[in-house]
Amino acid sequence: MHQIKAKILYNQKVIEKCYKISLHAPEVAQESYPGQFVHIRCTEGYNPLMRRPFSIYKADKGKIEILYKVVGKGTHLLSSKRIGEKVDILGPLGRGFKINSSLVRRVVLVAGGIGIAPLYFLASKLMKILEKKQKEKNFIPLPLIIIGAENEKKILEEEAFKALMVEVKIATDDGSKGFKGKATDFFASLFLIPKFLSSVDVYACGPLLMLKKIANLSYKYGFPCQLSLEQKMGCGIGACLGCVVKGRNGYLRVCKDGPVFDAREIDWNGVRSSNFTQRDF
Amino acid sequence: MKEDESLRIEIGGINFGNPVLVAGGTFGFGEEYSQLIDINELGGIVTKTVTMEPREGNLPPRLAETPCGLLNAIGLENPGVEVFIKTKFPFLQKLNTRIIVSIGGEDEEDYFHLGQRLSHLEGIDGLEVNISCPNVLKGGFILGTKPKLVFSLVKGLKNVVDFPLIVKLTPNVTDIVEIAQAAKEGGADALSLINTLWGMAIDVETRKPKLGNITGGLSGPAIKPVAVRMVWQVFQKVGLPIIGMGGIMSTEDALEFILAGASAIAIGTANFVDPQTPFKVKEGIREYLNKKGIGNFRELIGTININ
Repeated sequence: MHQIKAKILYNQKVIEKCYKISLHAPEVAQESYPGQFVHIRCTEGYNPLMRRPFSIYKADKGKIEILYKVVGKGTHLLSSKRIGEKVDILGPLGRGFKINSSLVRRVVLVAGGIGIAPLYFLASKLMKILEKKQKEKNFIPLPLIIIGAENEKKILEEEAFKALMVEVKIATDDGSKGFKGKATDFFASLFLIPKFLSSVDVYACGPLLMLKKIANLSYKYGFPCQLSLEQKMGCGIGACLGCVVKGRNGYLRVCKDGPVFDAREIDWNGVRSSNFTQRDF
Repeated sequence: MKEDESLRIEIGGINFGNPVLVAGGTFGFGEEYSQLIDINELGGIVTKTVTMEPREGNLPPRLAETPCGLLNAIGLENPGVEVFIKTKFPFLQKLNTRIIVSIGGEDEEDYFHLGQRLSHLEGIDGLEVNISCPNVLKGGFILGTKPKLVFSLVKGLKNVVDFPLIVKLTPNVTDIVEIAQAAKEGGADALSLINTLWGMAIDVETRKPKLGNITGGLSGPAIKPVAVRMVWQVFQKVGLPIIGMGGIMSTEDALEFILAGASAIAIGTANFVDPQTPFKVKEGIREYLNKKGIGNFRELIGTININ
């Protein structure tokens, strides 16, 4: 865990309201693991006051990259920062994805909107492991990602995943591209294929209701399932108990016990969408 | 802890190496922050409030940001005093800084039992008596708004423990001086001023309160002027040492509290914004003393120039 002033190497719009920022942060990049996050101070001033948490999208060669959506004051200020400016970052933080490196089960990633960010880091890591395995021996199924978006224009990172050799399926609410409907509806439809359900390993990030649906499917079909959650955060390191989510045995801190949880750790009955706000403060 | 005579301060029998503490509830039990900063450089730590029984805390969301402020409604989540002693205290015990354990309860008896349970432990320098939390149904700041209750609680606690008692007051009263006076008469050794201001915020899109608990406690720069005023009022009338807190983000903020009458200050919400704040403030106070040619920060306490 480090607190550093990281220089901005670029900060560009990717699609409407979504940006990618690259930061020079060798110590943070070195220690980062898929699913972890950094806590960024978006302004030196006091309004907004608090840091904002962002999943790490990429970490290598001394840089970390964040893919973020402008949803409020903090992210708006971040989007207006220029190359060469510095931002105060704290990270890497939290517990990331536990990768089952046998890769015997087929990996399925489900991304809702900006929730795709930590899944890209995860996919890069998975593909490295997979390449090694393939050299060693037999056939290993390629990971699949289901990218959910409102419409064609809001699809994030389709090409990036294709470049990693991940199989990509698209689901849009209006049907302008790919499957018409939610990513979870498409995901659920896969279970009609015989054998599919007994052999998947699922990782997902996106809106809370999407995660809840996936968790319910994981109970029904019994597949391993890890979900990256979001919550309003204070300290980011587990001290203030501000960012909790209801777990099976009491509250869990999203910043320290998560943000990635096994679907079974969460008490989904106790989770209502009003307990979460996906907008930035 | 580096010896620095110019920053030393004794408050209610506790000798602090410097006047910069961290405020209760913002620093957990120290372990998390130890990975990020050198805790022994702090004047002292006020722990998260400990209660007799474990408390689950409030329904999320527990945080909501407002302009220059933070609303929280954690609800005193803590593992209870027994687990605190077993799993949290050993870490604190090893530190080379002053340890103030914050205690909270639903009634007087809870505070007395907590005091007694903690009184056997080596390494606690004092208790902060939290009678000012706005986020719990029972006890909480209701206890801290009634002078008679404050007097009786402090007096009773003083009878059962030898620890210096620092009573943390709520700003959610008409006359803070009256409450401070009651704490003093009960036997308080010092006062912590102020806890959070009771507030709320509403999401107009969903028409829902932004906090799961509906209301919460406001902290951060937004409340600083209220805190400074209360420190000043209590300093003039009560004559107990004061640990000042409420929105301190910078050296200048800390100096305002000291000039108003605080003998030490505590950093709370600013720890979340920049964990280096306590050290920046400590260094800043040192620089201010040098710049002004003042040998000792104690000479500054309460020296606001009214005329």
